[in-house]
Formats: sequence, structure tokens, C-alpha cells
Amino acid sequence: MDIKLTIDGKEVVVPQGTMLIDACRQAGADIPTFCFDPDLKLAGSCRMCVVQPKGWRNLVASCVTPAQNGMVIETESPDVIEARKVVLELMLARHKLTCHTCEKDGECNLQDYCYRYGVTESRFVGKVHSLFKDDSNPFIERDYDKCVMCTRCVRACDEITGARAINVMDRGHHAKIATSFDGELADSPCVFCGQCIMVCPVGALSSKIAAGKGKPAQNEKVLTTCTYCGTGCTLELNVKNDKVVGVTSNRDPEWSPVNRGALCVKGRFGWDFINSPERLTTPLIKENGEFREASWDEALNLAAQKIKGIKEGYGPDSLAMFSSARITNEENYLAQKLMRAAIGSNNVDHCARL
Amino acid sequence: MTNSINELENDSKCIFLIGTNTTENHPVIGYKIRQNVLKNGAKLIVADPRRIELAELADVYLPFQPGTDVALFNGMMNVIINEGLADREFIENRTEGYEAMAEVVAKYTPEVVAEICGVDAEDIRKAARLYAESEAAAVCYAMGLTQHSTGTDNVKSCCNLALLTGNLGKPGAGVNPLRGQNNVQGACDMGALPVVFTAYQAVTNDEARAKFEKAWGVELSGSNGLTLTKAINKAHEGEIKGMIVIGENPMVSDPDLHHVEEALDRLDFLLVQDIFLTETAKKADIVLPGVSFAEKDGTFTNTERRVQRVRKAISNIGDARQDWEIICDLSTRLGYPMSYNSPEEIFEEIRTLTPSYAGMTYARLEGKGLPWPCPTEDHPGTPILHKEKFNRGLGLFHAIEYIEPAELPDDEYPIILSTGRSLYHYHTGTMTRKATGLHEFMPENVIQIHTALAQAKGIVDGEVVRVSTRRGSIDLKAEVIDGIREDVIFTYFHFAEAAANQLTNSDVLDPVAGIPEYKVSAARIEKI
Amino acid sequence: MAQEYRVLLEYADKINPEKASDYIKVGGYKGLEKARSMNPKDLIEEVKKSGLRGRGGAGFNAGMKWSFVPQYPETKYVVCNLDEGEPGTYKDRIICQKNAQALLEGMAICGYAIGSKQGYIYCRGEYPFVVELLKNAIGNAKESGALGEFDIEVRMGAGAYVCGEETALIESIEGHRGEPRFKPPFPGVEGLWRMPTVVNNVETFACLPYILTNGAEWFAGIGAKSYPGTKVLTLTGDIENATYFEVPTDYLLRDVIYELGGGVKGGKKLKAVQVGGTSGAFIPPQNLDTPIDFDSMSAIGAALGSGAVFVMDETRDIVDIVNRIAKFFEHESCGQCTPCREGTFRCKEIMEKINNGRGSLQDIENLKLLARVMMKASLCGLGQAAPIPITSTLTHFEYEYLRKLV
Repeated sequence: MDIKLTIDGKEVVVPQGTMLIDACRQAGADIPTFCFDPDLKLAGSCRMCVVQPKGWRNLVASCVTPAQNGMVIETESPDVIEARKVVLELMLARHKLTCHTCEKDGECNLQDYCYRYGVTESRFVGKVHSLFKDDSNPFIERDYDKCVMCTRCVRACDEITGARAINVMDRGHHAKIATSFDGELADSPCVFCGQCIMVCPVGALSSKIAAGKGKPAQNEKVLTTCTYCGTGCTLELNVKNDKVVGVTSNRDPEWSPVNRGALCVKGRFGWDFINSPERLTTPLIKENGEFREASWDEALNLAAQKIKGIKEGYGPDSLAMFSSARITNEENYLAQKLMRAAIGSNNVDHCARL
Repeated sequence: MTNSINELENDSKCIFLIGTNTTENHPVIGYKIRQNVLKNGAKLIVADPRRIELAELADVYLPFQPGTDVALFNGMMNVIINEGLADREFIENRTEGYEAMAEVVAKYTPEVVAEICGVDAEDIRKAARLYAESEAAAVCYAMGLTQHSTGTDNVKSCCNLALLTGNLGKPGAGVNPLRGQNNVQGACDMGALPVVFTAYQAVTNDEARAKFEKAWGVELSGSNGLTLTKAINKAHEGEIKGMIVIGENPMVSDPDLHHVEEALDRLDFLLVQDIFLTETAKKADIVLPGVSFAEKDGTFTNTERRVQRVRKAISNIGDARQDWEIICDLSTRLGYPMSYNSPEEIFEEIRTLTPSYAGMTYARLEGKGLPWPCPTEDHPGTPILHKEKFNRGLGLFHAIEYIEPAELPDDEYPIILSTGRSLYHYHTGTMTRKATGLHEFMPENVIQIHTALAQAKGIVDGEVVRVSTRRGSIDLKAEVIDGIREDVIFTYFHFAEAAANQLTNSDVLDPVAGIPEYKVSAARIEKI
Repeated sequence: MAQEYRVLLEYADKINPEKASDYIKVGGYKGLEKARSMNPKDLIEEVKKSGLRGRGGAGFNAGMKWSFVPQYPETKYVVCNLDEGEPGTYKDRIICQKNAQALLEGMAICGYAIGSKQGYIYCRGEYPFVVELLKNAIGNAKESGALGEFDIEVRMGAGAYVCGEETALIESIEGHRGEPRFKPPFPGVEGLWRMPTVVNNVETFACLPYILTNGAEWFAGIGAKSYPGTKVLTLTGDIENATYFEVPTDYLLRDVIYELGGGVKGGKKLKAVQVGGTSGAFIPPQNLDTPIDFDSMSAIGAALGSGAVFVMDETRDIVDIVNRIAKFFEHESCGQCTPCREGTFRCKEIMEKINNGRGSLQDIENLKLLARVMMKASLCGLGQAAPIPITSTLTHFEYEYLRKLV
């Protein structure tokens, strides 16, 4: 059964069970959210998405309120704007305002909404309790002085990864995200998948590996397939000045069909070998047991000469090739073609068995 | 995989994991299995000598003795047949060889199998019932099932189980090998195997060979080549004189490293193409710098046969070159000119010779990629294999007897050493040990040992102990845990300086697949 | 006219509340018997007809609440809210201590009406002795066969005020953090362990046996028309008789204080009275001639709530009291939604500032703004009601604030 309602003066028809937020967005309204995440269970707690149903005493959180027939909704009434501004001011009152050095600068919901509603400072600034968690793990920075308590990290940890490493601890203004007994992640069931970073709407959670190398909002993002296990997760290499400076992920199943943005510790944090100073940058030829740098021509000519020599001396089957489960299909194809067509042997294999 | 990854989260009603520590080795698949169990109440059976993370969620956990997989499968099938849980219709219409299989399986009662595997007979019954009674049951395995001298038998037994219960060709079911490396599926598909061209077209098949000879304009050898493990042995014997190694590290990954090193030392010529100076590259006469995945365009094929794009993000590092360009250059200098403008052009050639990739183009692979077979450009790809019929027509049951692992514990080497991977490292560590975070988090190898065994040996957690097999000894830090069988110890093979493969056995390989028995070596552990 | 009218407490201290047999002697378990002779639908109609409204504070029609429970699921639950966390409220404890069997009978009646075989009593953590009493009472009732197939389990809270909110209470029974759920879905559709659940207050349940025994019309005829029956009130503060009373719901607030309550302690003048617990409005003396029923109290911007009556004499410092209340809410906010988590804390900060003589007019403006948003945008009743003491005192006692400003 369809439901008809009016949103900002526009009539919309939505299927039964549709939440107001989706109906409002269908009507073209831009509804701000912190705790709402289409891939996670609803929380309804940040109260940023409140809207005004005509004739109701209170505002309602549009993310958890089902659309009802005949509702008349205002998404930017004076009451709604007042509530959103106060919510932002309350968040701002305890937020570590270090946007200039924040990894999330440029794609932070708090920043964007403060901009949208012209909230430059908070009228509610008072005592500040630092919740920064000095966690020695090498992957995830936990700066809860930037946390807005949307609990998306808690839900992602449970509902995507299933690690259940973190939850809310303490109450009220003192509530915070913590592992059991407020310990370090390494002593918890955390598997450092970083799904918490992926869903964090602000800069509270970020990658220590990528820190300071480039703000994700400013990086070029190249969608590619992970180089580790055979699951074939899609990830985004973050590029700045022709250098890989981080990994993020795309949650759209049309672009990330296998993992829908979820990654593991290797995929999300194991990318900086790319920039290792130990990378080979020039051909090497061994002479008297020592390597020396060589030109491509020299190395390739010498290699061809050696291979030809063996082939001529002992036949093609005295040569063998180990191709690689790491390189691309195209390269594997050429490798076996080289072995079979150029050298003339079927002695080609790779580490499928190992 | 016969089926696709997301079915394990959404469609499977029962998942049987054997020889896969999924949450560590295929973490994202592990998440999906966990969510299916937690959210949808899917049943979970875990068979593993180690109490892996997912064992905690399992309805039945079978801590069976390494190498007794065939017995376990036969035991489960015995229960299924005797309790009338087999899918008679599926067996009737889609399989053959049932009688011979059933005859063998009849001997493997749960009591007999319990004795062999060291698990409870009742648990075998429970597992069999859960698997057989579920609407759609998937079995997933990884190297824990295959790296045995009976690896091929193990896989066939696994297929028997699926055939017996009709768990093939439908959503949520299937026989699902979880492949360990990003493009191991693709390397196989592309014919980087000694017996086949692309798409598993046998080199011994005249018709196939003729096709490739025509396409490549050259006469091709019709005799099977050597597997990697055999090639190492032949190098050791002096029959292989030269080797080209591209992005592989046998000096860490292959069994019995002492033997591998001797073999490589005896070569006249070793060419290594890699991104780091690996332990193997150090042995080379010439090293050519290739590029990492971040620097290249192309495709990888994942474990569910999905061909996906790899996209170049940055330029080559230093003077390194694209791997495909290096191969072309070398080939040209060997007198067989190869010339392509791009990986896409290579892919276009691949699909003309590879029926299962024939319908794919880079344009079609944009976005979600395509699972093969995809024979034509209007074909949507095939997420589930064997829907209507099997490749050979009818599914074939194999009658398989249990054979003991090649190297069983004895007085001198009384426990079983098994090897595998950690969540925090990958294969020979070439990449992960140079990733700062991963290296910091897990800088060194450990040996996992059960509390009771540790106590008997007077070993405490964190103590450096000596682990020895007939191949050699290494010293490792003990990690004393409860989640492992008392007669099994386990270590990782990522660490060249404490290389597990100094201990493993290169003498015994699976007769068909040539896979080494990494999961069972007779070993000894002692205080230093 | 200032008389108590005892229904629930008629046999207080005359029967042993743990003993079903004592209760049966004075007419107990007749209501359940009658209920079970009825068709569940008719039973719900009968309860609706009695006009019984929730005694926990929200004042929702009990029969109506039950009628929202779908019939088809096999498992449904009856949950009794004995969290009684409102400061100054102890009427549920009194009902249990004087007439526990009536509560059990009421829950069983509800169970029959909605098709549930399992009840839970969620008991305030500070009442371990009541848990003991209830367990004995349940054991005795089960033994006597009076409850039939209906089982009741007692669960204990751990001191969180917010667990008096029905969905937070459900979360707590499930073993989770005591945090309210968003509604809908309401517990009647998706409650305890996601199954349909009726949550009612002790007093609501305890009314049921008498409604069934004496008929809906009888109950509807007692007290105020729109909120019939009796109400157990608890008097605290500057009052001579700081104790409990059961009165018909059309009883005047003035009579509660000056007749039953014996007047302000020490013969002092009354400054204010707060009805319904800590989140209740402060009522000035000029509004005392209001009946205590739900709607009459609403009409003067107050709430009957749990029925706590907190009396303050002329010497009391209103701002100081509200400051303490603000502290209470800052402490009891669960921390889930932003307006309440941050708002209760900032309210407390500003109240402290004003109370310490450092506040300005701007602070009062900020307080009003904060209160408005908390009331309109908080997730649950706690955040919505927490500013009421502030707003009601700013309305009636603004001068007390102004004189403390810088």
C-alpha cells in the first residue's frame, strides 16, 4: 500500500514502511544526519535529522519515523532549524576544533552542517573533559575529543565485521566509545579492519598509517582491486602528487561488489609497502656474487643471451618459469605465452599450491 | 568457488568450514559468514585442529587430527546415507558412481571415524545432520584441506559430500575453495600451469594446441610441463638449468628451504622479476624491477571467479617497468616478438583464446566485473556453476579410502607441525613485512602450543623454544594457548628469518596436484 | 470530604502479601477467574470501558495499549515496571508490600488478555527486599495454583533512572545497556526480545483485579471522569504527614497537602509543590485548587506523573533546588541522544553558574533555548521532561533567578 504525504509543500507517494528521511529526500529535501547509515541498524539518536510534522507536539527524527498517510512535513521550519543549530552547538561545545590538521577536513559532517547553518561558535561552551584515547596500536587513531557519539563505529564493528570490540561506556555527557574495561584495541577482539574509520562522520577515528600524508577529501581516489588474498575486495587508493598516501573504500555495491566497502587490516592499512625505500628501481646484474645496477638493455640482453644459451645447449625443457598469483591476468597470459611460444616448454607454474 | 561470496552471507543456511581459518585468511568472507550466523541463524560447522575464531560460533566444532579429512567426510556421508538424509533425486538425476562410493563409505561408521579423527562420534553425526538437513549448505575450504599428500582425495571427498546432498548448482550451497592469493584464480585461468593453456585447455589436446599454434604463429610442445615443486626437485638434480621467476618467492614459500636453496644454487641461470629484493631475488643472476598493483592496469580474478579491474594509480617507481612490458621485451629479444599497446589489448587477445572470458571486455568489467564463464558479450556471467549440469555431464562420485599422512609422529618426532597464515601478514611477507603498521603489530614469528603440552615440556608463554623436524630446526617464541589440539603445534610461514618451510617436507607431494604436505610434519619441540 | 478511598490498599497490614490464601480470603483472584471466563477480546473491551489509564506517568489507556498487541505471534510478554526511580516516589513499593498478590493477579489478567504466558517484574535495584517478597509471593501463588499457567520472573535493575522508561527497561531485561529505543515500533508490537510486550506500572496492574471483580462501571465511576479510579500518592518534603495515601483521582491538591498531609511542616507558608517526581513542574500556591487527575494537572502545565508530592516551604531556595535537579538529570541521562546527553550537562552547568551568582540574563536565554530544544527533539521522555523544572520555575519563580544574577 502506498502512502501519500506532503513534504515542504510537495506531495510525495512512498511505499508503506518508508522512513520519513527517505520520503523527504525523495521530495528533494536535504536532510542532515550523523548517526544514520543506510548499511547499519537505525539509532535515531543524533537528532540532526529532525523534521516537523504539522500538528505534532514534538519534532521527530526522520530516520526512525515511518511516513504516515496525510502527514504534512516541514523539513526546515524555524523549530527544526533551531533544534539543528542547538544540536550542532552542543556538539561543537566539546569538539576539539583542530580542523586545519584534521584528516577529515573537507568531508566532515560537523564541518559541513555548521557551514550550512552558519554555526560559527557554540553558546554552550563550558567544562571540557578530554576523552582522547592514547591507544598504542599502529593502525587506528582514537581521538574521542572529536567524537559526536553517533555510534556508527559500534554498529559497524558489530554488523559488518562482527568483532564486537567496542561499545558505549558510561552515561550521559560522560558516555564514550570504549573496549571492555576501556582498554586498548590490541587487547580487545578488534581485528583492525578499520570499518569504524570508514563510517565515522567526523575526525574521531582515522588511519595512523595515512596520517599527515594527505587529507582524503583532497586526494585523488583510484578504484582498484586489493592485492592481498583471493577475496577480491575493491578499495580506493588515495593518490597525492603521484604517490599512494592512503586507502579508503567505496560502499556502493555497484562498484564494490564483493566487499561493499568492508576491508581487512591488510587491505586498509597494509598499503605503504608501495612507498618502501627498499623497492627495486633499477635492473640488477650479479657479478662476483655482488649485485650492480644495470641498464634495461644490458640486463634484458644478458638475460636473453643466457636463456638462449641454455635452450640451445640443453633444450627448452631445461628451463622453467614460475609465474605469479600476484600479477595480473594479462601478465600471466604473456608469461605463459613467453614460456610456451618463445622458449618452447610447458614448464610454467605458479604458487597456487603454496 | 562454485558459488559466490555474498551467498555465504545471504543464502547459505548451513556453512561447513574445513581447513579454512576464514576470519584470518579471508577476513571479509569471514565477516560475511559470521553475520549470516549471527543475523540469520545459519548453522555453522567448523572442522579444524585449531580452535579458530569462527569455532566459537559453531554449532558443531570438530577439532580433528590433521590429515584425517577423508575419514571425516566418509564418516559424515555414512551418517547421511544410513539416516536417509541423502538427496535421492539429485543422485538419481545428476550423478554417477554412487554405488561404489557408498560401498566404501559403509565402512566408515561414526565410531570408526571418531577413532581416526580423534573427535566425538556424536559430533560427527550432528555435523552430518546439520549439513544434510539444511536447505542450502555450503562447504568452504582452503589450504587446510589441500596441503596434504592426499589433497586431491580430500577435495574429491568434499565434492562427494556436496553431491550426496544435492548441494550444488543452487544459491547458498556449493563447494567453495577460498583461494589464498589475489590472482591465483586468474593465474590458473590464464594457463600459468604446466598442463593447460588458458581456460584449462590441455596442452596435450591436439585441437587446443592447434588453436594456440595458429594464434601464436609457432609450434608448441604437446608434453606436460613440470609443476613448481617438481621443477625445484629437477633443478636440484641438475636437469633444470635455468629459471625465470616472476613475483614468486620459493626461498620462503616452498617446502624444505634448505633443499630449495641447493636447487637454486645449482642453476646455471636465475632471472627474477619482482618489486623487492626477495630471498629468491638475492639468489638471482639478474633482477628486473617490476611494479606493484598500484602502478598497473589489468585484471585480477578472485576466488568466486569474478574478473575485476585493477587500475593504475601512480607512475612506475624509479626506473621500474610494467611487468607486461618486461615480458614483451624479453620475448622479443628471445626472437619471438611481442608487442602490445596496453593491458587492454592483451586482454582482447586473451578473450579470443579463452572461452570462459570470451564475453568480457574492459568496458563490461567496469563496476562490478563479471564471474566466468562468460562466453558471449551479452552473457551476464555465472555466479553459480553446475546449475543444470556438470561440465562432464553427470557429477561423478569417487570412492575414496582414507590414507594416513605421509609423515606420522613417532618416538623421535612425536607431535604434528602444521603451518599457515596470520591475519597480519601475507604469504612470504614480501609486502606486509614492509608495511609499517603490519610489521610493527606482528614483527616476528611464533609457535602455537597447547597449554598441556607446554606444561609437560616446562615451556612458558613467550619463551624461545626449538622446533625440529627431519629437515631442520628453527627457534621460535612459544605462544601458549588452549585453542589447539594437544598433539599439534602451529606456526606461520611469513617470516624468512624463522622460516617454517625449513621444517616442512618436500619429499611427499600429492600425486595428482603436486601439493606439499604443509599441514602435517612430524616434529619435536624442546626448551633451549 | 478529605477522606482516603482505599481500593488497592484496603487490606494493607491486614493480610500477608506473600500469601495467596490471605489474599483469596479477602476476595483475591476472583478477578482473574472472571477474566478467564471471558473472551480475551471482551476482556480488553471491559478494561477499556473502565477507563483505566497508566499509573506510571504517561496516562495511556491500558485497554487500548493491550489492543495494539497482535494476536498471531506465539510468544508475548507481560512486563511490570517496578523501577520506581522518581525521587520521592515509593507507592509501588507500598503496593507490593501491602498487596503483592493483586499485582500478580493483574499481570495474569493481562497475560490472559493478550495471550502471554510469561511475565517479568523489573524491580528497582534499591529494593532487594521487595524482590525477596515478590519471589515468595510468586512462589506461593504458583503453589496455590492461583496463577495457572502464567509464570512471573523478577528481574532486578541496577539503579538507572532511565530504566523506568519502558523500552530502556526492556533493554535492561535483555541484558543490554539501559537505553531507550526509538518508537515506533512500540513494545506492544516489538518489545522484549522483539516480541509483542505490554509494559504497565505496578499500580496499573494492581487495579485490574478490582475492575474485574466489581465491574468496569464501578471503576469508571470513581474519581475524575477522564482518569478514573484511585491514586496512591507519596508525600515528601516540608510536610507534616510525610507518608502515603490512596485517594480518588478528583481529589484536590490543596486537600492532599492541608488535609491528609496535615499542612506545611512547622506551620510555615507553602512556596511550591512539585508533583509527579523530579521531572514534574513546580506548582505555585495559586494553583493548589486543582484536582490531581492527569488532565487537570496537564491543564496547569504540570503532570500527575508517579504521584509523588514534594512540598517546599517559604524558606526554600528554588534556584538551588532546580540546580540539584539539573545535577540529577545530568547524572541520569543515558547519553544516547545529543539534546539530552549534552543538554542535561549544559543545563547543569548554567544552573550552577546562576546559583553561584555568576549568571547573566544571557544565561537565562540560553537555558530557555536549550530547554525548548531538549523538550522538542530528545529521543525519550527523560530528555523531553528534564527541563520542565527549569521552565516551570522560570515561569512562576523568575524573580528567584533574577536576584541571583550578576
